[in-house]
Amino acid sequence: MPRAGRFRQRRADCISWWCETVPALCAVPGAIALSPVILTGFALVVAALLGLGAASAVVHHHIPAGATRRRAAAAAALASRRIAALGSLGVCGLGFLLVLTYLLAGAGTATITLPLGLPGLGVPGLGVAGGNLLDGTRYDGGITLALDGLSGFFLLLLMAAGAAASAAALDGPGDTDATAPFLPVFLAAMALTLLAGDAFALVLGFELMSLASFALILTHHDDATVRAAALLYIGMAALGAACLIPALALLADGAGWDLRFAAIRALPPEGWRATLVFVLALVGAGSKAGLAPLHVWLPPAHAAAPAHVSALMSGAMTKVALYLLVRVLFDLCGPAQPVWWGVPLLVLGAGGAVLGGLRANLENDIKALLACSTVENIGLIVIGLGVALAARGADLSTLAALALGGALLHALAHGLFKSLLFIAAGAVQHGAGTRLLVRLGGLIHRMPVTTVCVLVGAASLAGLPPSAGFAGEWTLFQAVLGGPRIGNLGLQILICVVAALMALAAALAAAAAVRLVGVAFLGRPRSPRAAAADEAGPRTRDALTGLAVALAVVGLFPGAVLSLAEPVLRRLVSAGLDDRAGLLEVAAQAGMPGYSAAGIALLGALAAGLVLWLVRTLTTPGHRDAPAWDGGFGAPPPWLPFGDPLTQYGGASFAQPLRRALGGALLQADEIVDMPAPGETRPARITVELSDPAAWWLFRPVAELRARLSAFADAIQFLTIRRTLSLMFTVLVLFLAVVALMEQL
Amino acid sequence: MTSLIGLATLLLHVALMLALAPLLVGFIRTIKARVLGRVGPPVVQPWRDLLRLARKQPVVAENASWLFHAAPAAGFAATLAAAALVPGFALGMTTAPLADLLVIAGLLALARCLLALAGLDIGTAFGGIGASREMTFAAFAEPAMMLVIFTLGLLMGTTNLDAIALVLREVTVGLRVSLGLALVAIVAVAIAENSRLPVDNPASHLELTMVHEAMVLEYSGRHLALIEATAALKLLLWMTLIATIFAPFGTATPESGPLVWLFALPLWAVKVGALAVVLALFESAIAKMRVFRVPEFLGIAVLLGLLAAVFLFVSQGIA
Repeated sequence: MPRAGRFRQRRADCISWWCETVPALCAVPGAIALSPVILTGFALVVAALLGLGAASAVVHHHIPAGATRRRAAAAAALASRRIAALGSLGVCGLGFLLVLTYLLAGAGTATITLPLGLPGLGVPGLGVAGGNLLDGTRYDGGITLALDGLSGFFLLLLMAAGAAASAAALDGPGDTDATAPFLPVFLAAMALTLLAGDAFALVLGFELMSLASFALILTHHDDATVRAAALLYIGMAALGAACLIPALALLADGAGWDLRFAAIRALPPEGWRATLVFVLALVGAGSKAGLAPLHVWLPPAHAAAPAHVSALMSGAMTKVALYLLVRVLFDLCGPAQPVWWGVPLLVLGAGGAVLGGLRANLENDIKALLACSTVENIGLIVIGLGVALAARGADLSTLAALALGGALLHALAHGLFKSLLFIAAGAVQHGAGTRLLVRLGGLIHRMPVTTVCVLVGAASLAGLPPSAGFAGEWTLFQAVLGGPRIGNLGLQILICVVAALMALAAALAAAAAVRLVGVAFLGRPRSPRAAAADEAGPRTRDALTGLAVALAVVGLFPGAVLSLAEPVLRRLVSAGLDDRAGLLEVAAQAGMPGYSAAGIALLGALAAGLVLWLVRTLTTPGHRDAPAWDGGFGAPPPWLPFGDPLTQYGGASFAQPLRRALGGALLQADEIVDMPAPGETRPARITVELSDPAAWWLFRPVAELRARLSAFADAIQFLTIRRTLSLMFTVLVLFLAVVALMEQL
Repeated sequence: MTSLIGLATLLLHVALMLALAPLLVGFIRTIKARVLGRVGPPVVQPWRDLLRLARKQPVVAENASWLFHAAPAAGFAATLAAAALVPGFALGMTTAPLADLLVIAGLLALARCLLALAGLDIGTAFGGIGASREMTFAAFAEPAMMLVIFTLGLLMGTTNLDAIALVLREVTVGLRVSLGLALVAIVAVAIAENSRLPVDNPASHLELTMVHEAMVLEYSGRHLALIEATAALKLLLWMTLIATIFAPFGTATPESGPLVWLFALPLWAVKVGALAVVLALFESAIAKMRVFRVPEFLGIAVLLGLLAAVFLFVSQGIA
């Protein structure tokens, strides 16, 4: 096979270039000593963010004497927001550089123990099993922070998204001042979750993250829908905690109540215990990540929160939940887990991907649309995790590395482009006064910079080459294509169906991206406010541009990103991608041609050059402006400066074919047509009702059960004295009867 | 030496694709006219139309944005890049290592999304209806295409088109049920992607029955020329793709040298010509289906693609 040989040669050249250049750049002699320094730096980052939150809160309530009270309060609120946002921007920027250095230097592991933490665990005799695992130190209940490749990879995303969101928060309208102190706390909590080296720190960070984001969602709490969304969100967060804490407790129990990950790792769970941990972790982390069917909170919560907060929640927080899933399933549960663990992930991931993709086409609020697309992307990433788990269980470590690498790459890409799109949605809301597609249109003329950045993000959303989203989806597709090697006919057919559903989800996402850009940013304005929209503020523009550049870099050099994840892959699935992911190319199998984003971009540029040259030489330059042809439709009357609004396709009409083809089956879409009789003057109306299957099958029964239970409790609470007494008497008799029975036995 | 031959092959391939695409459209129109008992326009008519359109200054709606101006050229460039990846008469072009099937599908999707956005840019009803339907059809065509790629990937162990074609050319795979099912599925996808009957009528000039043509209704002059050229190039690309995978015999390789091109070039023309005749006969015999029948049509393609992969598992037990 001379051709394959040539590919191998090219690949080898590529790899050797990469291997020679990059370590030379970054293999600092003290690479191993670097990690503790970076970890200490990150402990300081967390502390600084918490401090910023406190400072911001103090400033918020410290109103100087003298000035009129109202103006002083406004000034204090503004100052508090400035402190929180500017401080977070600086700290996140520093953190980004820190973690990039760490990852480039080879991502060695480091652990530090803080002299504060959970009391009571230091008692001798409790920490028996894992007592002196870490360099001979006893476990005294202090908080352990740890840094490894996995935390580092997710910290990279968190710091990038955090910096962009903080920059956008600087510009935001004043109505987000009230909750400004929670922004750095939210960031600190996410960083703490990623840095946690023991179960206590993990739960502490995770729950602080839930509470801080809950407060941030409630920024516009005077709106009833916001309150309802926040309530749903905190309910789901409570469910997550109720699953996560027992899962970690089970893990710690197996390790003799040494909460440190190192101890848990040494004694991973087995049998029913492992299965229970798997289910609890899946529900606990899945509810936070937006994994179907626990995704119901995402659209309302993301729509309710201020834009930079939605950007963080969708871009970073769902990834923190995924980090948790990876940490528990791949790391803490040990390497010897069964193949079937991948199956629930594949099924739920594929279901969520299609459901999210379809719902993204049907939402009218652009932030709800983006949230549904998050559900779709989380589904795709979880499919990758499922393949990785199943492949690892079947000892196919190269396939597992590809799948996990694809999941990480797509998580990074999604975190970046979803942050970009949410920040842009905030800019649209600020500039055009609304987030509803039916009121937007034509923003490309009024918001040119935002539109270009949104196009970059939407290309990733739609998974078009050579965007970052395509690189992630390509790698995930390749992993799924390799899936049948795991064996077992049932699993093979499942993977085949999953591949088709992934393609369906990707195509639905492309339709959603076209709908988002085409309806909101192109076309004619649908409201006067949209016609007079303002461009985003300068800091927001910087944030958008920065994220767009980051996306372009990730899109053009996905192999470089994967090489940052190399230590993680080596440790978690005991195989890497360094034989397949070079700077310029990512391949599914070593020695075979793969996907070269830079090559495709170069080819596209050459093709564009050729086309431009042909156009220059063959065609007449210039163009003539005229009213739109529109199939010969008459010119609009002068009182409609943007034409008749009803003759323009909108969000609902764009989605109509998809709604009719898929909505009926998946979302119980129901069209109610109200057609007036001939002669009546009222307009005809078409109303569409949708309901998410998760809401229908899962949440409605639970809500009904809760209502029934509370009605029952109410009934007991308000009994008359006579009935209360007879009830207590009955209970007493029953109790005595049971005791008597037990005596008999 | 092989790299030089690869470059020469690529340049000749791209030039031929560009030159022959409009002729292919003309050829299909002529055959269809003959079948219907008309004489029909000459085969070079599409080329004449393109040049005529190219000479005309486009008339652009007043509220058009830069995207409307850029989309035809960008869409053409994306399609051309995809065309440079699909080997026609010879394998081993310089672009062969890039020629991943998913990338080719992605580049075509890029061109489609650009045109759909341009269709929405003016804010007219027809642009919107065309864009909406085009994206809907794509949503159903992609899973079928994915399953075909999946089947090929399982059979050949790679999704690189050049490598697949090389294996298919050298190893006698024989008549396989999976490949047959995949062929039917990819033909259905190709029909939908190229807006041919029964999914869409390329000859329709009644707005309500148009999908692709409705989307580009606002375009004129050189913009329209680029869009027509894109459509023609895409048709040739798909026919070449199908011929490369399912009739891989007789293609030249870098080792065989340029002399083999003398046989390979006419053979490629014959393969594409045969597909064009089949398409013309098929289109003459069938009526356009309702828009909401299209998902069912493509749904059958998805099922066939699924069957193709499942047959593969059952027959050989990939492990």
